[in-house]
Amino acid sequence: MNEVIRAQEIGLTFQTADGPVHALKDVDLTIGQGDFVSFIGPSGCGKTTLLRAIAALETPTEGRLSVNGMEPDAARKARAYGYVFQAPGLYPWRTISGNISLPLEIMGFPRADRRQRTARVLELVDLAGFGAKYPWQLSGGMQQRASIARALAFDADILLMDEPFGALDEIVRDRLNEALLDLWAKTGKTIAFVTHSIPEAVYLSTRIVVMSPRPGRITRIIDSSLPRDRPLDIRDTPDFIALAHEVREALRDGHGDD
Amino acid sequence: MTDAAIGEMRGGGMLRRAAKGRTLPVLAVLLAIVAIWYAGAVGLNAQWVRDQAARSETVLSTGEFVVRTLSLDRPVLPAPHQVAAGLWDGIAGQKITSKRSLVWHGWVTLSATLAGFAIGTAAGILLAVGIVHNRAMDQSVMPWAVASQTVPILAIAPMVIVVLASAGITGLLPKAVIAAWLSFFPVLVGMVKGLRTPDAMQLDLMKSWSASPSQIFWRLRLPSSMPYLFASLKVGVAAALVGTIVGELPAGASSGLGARLLSGSYYGQTVQIWSALFAAAALAAGLVIAIGAVEKIALRRMGLAR
Repeated sequence: MNEVIRAQEIGLTFQTADGPVHALKDVDLTIGQGDFVSFIGPSGCGKTTLLRAIAALETPTEGRLSVNGMEPDAARKARAYGYVFQAPGLYPWRTISGNISLPLEIMGFPRADRRQRTARVLELVDLAGFGAKYPWQLSGGMQQRASIARALAFDADILLMDEPFGALDEIVRDRLNEALLDLWAKTGKTIAFVTHSIPEAVYLSTRIVVMSPRPGRITRIIDSSLPRDRPLDIRDTPDFIALAHEVREALRDGHGDD
Repeated sequence: MTDAAIGEMRGGGMLRRAAKGRTLPVLAVLLAIVAIWYAGAVGLNAQWVRDQAARSETVLSTGEFVVRTLSLDRPVLPAPHQVAAGLWDGIAGQKITSKRSLVWHGWVTLSATLAGFAIGTAAGILLAVGIVHNRAMDQSVMPWAVASQTVPILAIAPMVIVVLASAGITGLLPKAVIAAWLSFFPVLVGMVKGLRTPDAMQLDLMKSWSASPSQIFWRLRLPSSMPYLFASLKVGVAAALVGTIVGELPAGASSGLGARLLSGSYYGQTVQIWSALFAAAALAAGLVIAIGAVEKIALRRMGLAR
């Protein structure tokens, strides 16, 4: 399997007024092509910082990090990834289509290509027919789907998602989880997904990276035994429950010193 | 049912509607102001009327006394109906090209105000763009901008007029410069705030697409700043009008509402002063309302209206 993201002994220290904060320490990780990797851990464990380092929004102070065999900064310029934040961050003055074509405009795609790509990703996130609507006319879940479409529009191989469904209610979240798995199966993207929900991590991932704080580090990496094809009711199977239990134990181990 | 009864019911309905809306409170306040104004006019003009009566040794009844206080040629405080007559005469009673026409003077003031407002708005926006994008400007421009506003405009205005006149520049431009001096500041403050409204997440998104600073400016910062821009434009246009009028006061300006105010005070023409004042107030209100209308349309079209 191709290595897409490779972190070797990376550390990231923020200098603050109260002294240095070790957001990440000795993080070793490889993510292969087509993996769905979840990062889970309590707040302050560095899961978001790690995702931001992969996106070149933060720079590690130690170690080596490569994305698609490049420095993260070069990878970003080569449009290696699309990033989805917790909030949709859609512009109220642009339609849904306008929002999705925003990165395409910035990257200089020609108009006809933009239109075609926008239509395609709208279809992909099941929002076909909503392109001419404005963000306020859509529900929170639909807005977040639009923001995922925006991240997919320029055909990055990697999708980085930072608690994308954290602000949504559980019913909507279930539906979007299902839709995300469907989208992952259709597109074969590599997905790195930050969450603080154990069921969400277990349901979505091929690998679950459990992290703990002070300093932010990886305590365990759990490979999922679940099949790739996962209906929602897989969550009631013994395998799922056992896996969730394992993640919970790993989280508790990481917390042993609190 | 008689016609009268129906009429009464209609009237009652209108009254009720007026009471529910804003009409009635506004009318009540207006009436109170007019009443206080009349009382003030009688009180302030009383001494003059009393002196005149004593000089001509006539005895005035209360009714005559009040009528005289409200119909003096050069009252200390003209009565509302005198100002209204003055305004009407200034607006409708003169040819528009006449030097006595308030429309003509108003146009002179308005044109300088709009020119100064345009200069001030452009300067305010440009400085704000510089402050947001350049660290050196961020550190250095604001104190000077604040300082410029703490200098009394009444002290600056004559100097601007004199300096520009010695350079051969007279007429509209010197006044526009003073108007710009006052109106750039609110635009600057509002736009610095407005251009900085996009949050860290919005900027990170742009960064994740490797957007250039100019792309971030045109696609994110500028549209986000629109509500702030319009709020400060309203303050700015009123300030520009004040600046223009102040610019019309010194050095024998012969046209504009400011000149009208000044010549009125030279010759004790209080009705003329008050008419010019009201014309200026109406002009300011009109400008603010016009910007408000543009704001409403623009923000609604941008989906930013509340």
